[in-house]
Amino acid sequence: MNPEAPSPHTPKVSVRNLNFYYGDKQVLFDNNLDIADGKVTAFIGPSGCGKSTHIRTYNRMFDLYRGQRADGEIIVDGTNILDPKIPALQLRHKIGMIFQKPTPFPMSIFDNVAYGLRLHSKTSKSELEGRVETALRSAALLDEVKDIMHQHGTALSGGQQQRLCIARAIAVEPEIILMDEPCSALDPISTAKIEELIDQLKGEFTIVIVTHNMQQAARVSDYTAFFYMGKLIEFDDTEAIFTSPKNSQTEDYITGRFG
Amino acid sequence: MNLMRRRILMNRLVMALSGLAAAIGLFFLIWILGYVTVKGVGAINWAFFTQLPSPPGVEGGGLSSAIVGTLIMTVLAALMAVPIGIIAGTYLSEFGRDSRLGHTVRFLSDILVSAPSIVIGVFVYLVMVKPLGGFSGLAGAVSLAIIMLPVVTRTTEEMLRLVPGEMREAALALGAPYWHTMVRVVFRAATAGLLTGVLLAVARVSGETAPLLFTALNSPYWGNLNQPMSNLTVTLFNYAMSPYDDWHAKAWGAAFLITASVLIVTILTRFILRDRSKR
Repeated sequence: MNPEAPSPHTPKVSVRNLNFYYGDKQVLFDNNLDIADGKVTAFIGPSGCGKSTHIRTYNRMFDLYRGQRADGEIIVDGTNILDPKIPALQLRHKIGMIFQKPTPFPMSIFDNVAYGLRLHSKTSKSELEGRVETALRSAALLDEVKDIMHQHGTALSGGQQQRLCIARAIAVEPEIILMDEPCSALDPISTAKIEELIDQLKGEFTIVIVTHNMQQAARVSDYTAFFYMGKLIEFDDTEAIFTSPKNSQTEDYITGRFG
Repeated sequence: MNLMRRRILMNRLVMALSGLAAAIGLFFLIWILGYVTVKGVGAINWAFFTQLPSPPGVEGGGLSSAIVGTLIMTVLAALMAVPIGIIAGTYLSEFGRDSRLGHTVRFLSDILVSAPSIVIGVFVYLVMVKPLGGFSGLAGAVSLAIIMLPVVTRTTEEMLRLVPGEMREAALALGAPYWHTMVRVVFRAATAGLLTGVLLAVARVSGETAPLLFTALNSPYWGNLNQPMSNLTVTLFNYAMSPYDDWHAKAWGAAFLITASVLIVTILTRFILRDRSKR
């Protein structure tokens, strides 16, 4: 079944008939959904349901691995990004990604945030400094690191490292930010800070977040998609999913009967 | 209860045996180190480092040419083996994980690591020394480089594999090309490990005698890469076999110098690794 996608806003990403394979094994089946522009969309579902696999198709991260392939269409701003003619590097400039474990690079805090900027444009030193500062401010990290910009990124706490990664991703001014369980390695206080940050960033960025934590999906997202065994089971306003799910499998999952 | 006592007894017995085994190993190590130090340290003086070897039977002189020759050949070997080894290790870790070529290179590297060094000496003798018409420092460096190559390759591969895949994905997710990700992020994350591989390879070759015997041979004079080149290990061998007491003392000095250098390089490696794990 292809669930109705809510479309009160212009879709930023339109996924059509997306199938995904690890070698001969198919793990995503005919996924169809629209990601609303400037909103937060959450993907929930039990482990192995395909939600991470799904999100990783948006920036073609699977290109790296032999035997992994996708078919169908993922249309971002009118272009099917699964088309091999679209260079992945250009695509990833526009679509940032945050991973489960914080991944600070082995360099200073400043250089971490400047990494993507230096990659994509030749900027003067003062402009670079300005943009690094802006990114750190947007990631709600500037006050904590402004005096230690030249220390190693790994010297920060886990939560700070994750916000550093967010600063690094937004520094290149992507339009979409993908977050693959960004809080699962963090303590509750750091998690709260990241959630607050997601709230501040939406509007400016379109955010897609994969989460195991249903309360988190309920708190941060505008739309929620429930995946089960590689199929998109239900996709609706977050409130509707959590208060009046139409599908019994969705209801069983969010009420904790399985998963 | 009887069973319990037997188990306790067994435990003590095995504990004692493993302690003994460790003690035997340590005993010989300390014996060798102590003996080399006691015999060799007396030969170490200013002239040992600064003067050329004296003619047979004449007292005095030093091993300056051998020390410099060993240094030159080791550095040259590293210059040849390190870039190739690091690139090969990168291939194995990043691209050749499951490919047939990758498995073949890995297998051959492992064979090369355990190949007797004298075989490598004979090989270089046949392909370089004979065709070029003579022993040379260059041939010596090449034979050392062949010994270093698999060590650098395999440690590079292992150290790069220790860098989490997510680090690569994070850099690629920012739109970085793969080479940029490797050079700027992954190599940087693995710097200490890569350096360790190089130092281990240097330590591995600094005691090699057999391959030099067939390639660089030896010489009492200042070295020249086109001619037989003076070096510590072959000098040690020649001097130890000679009938002169003064040469015997110098051989002990050379043995001490080589042992101390390897020890220092090894300790340095440990230091780098510990420093890294603290971060």
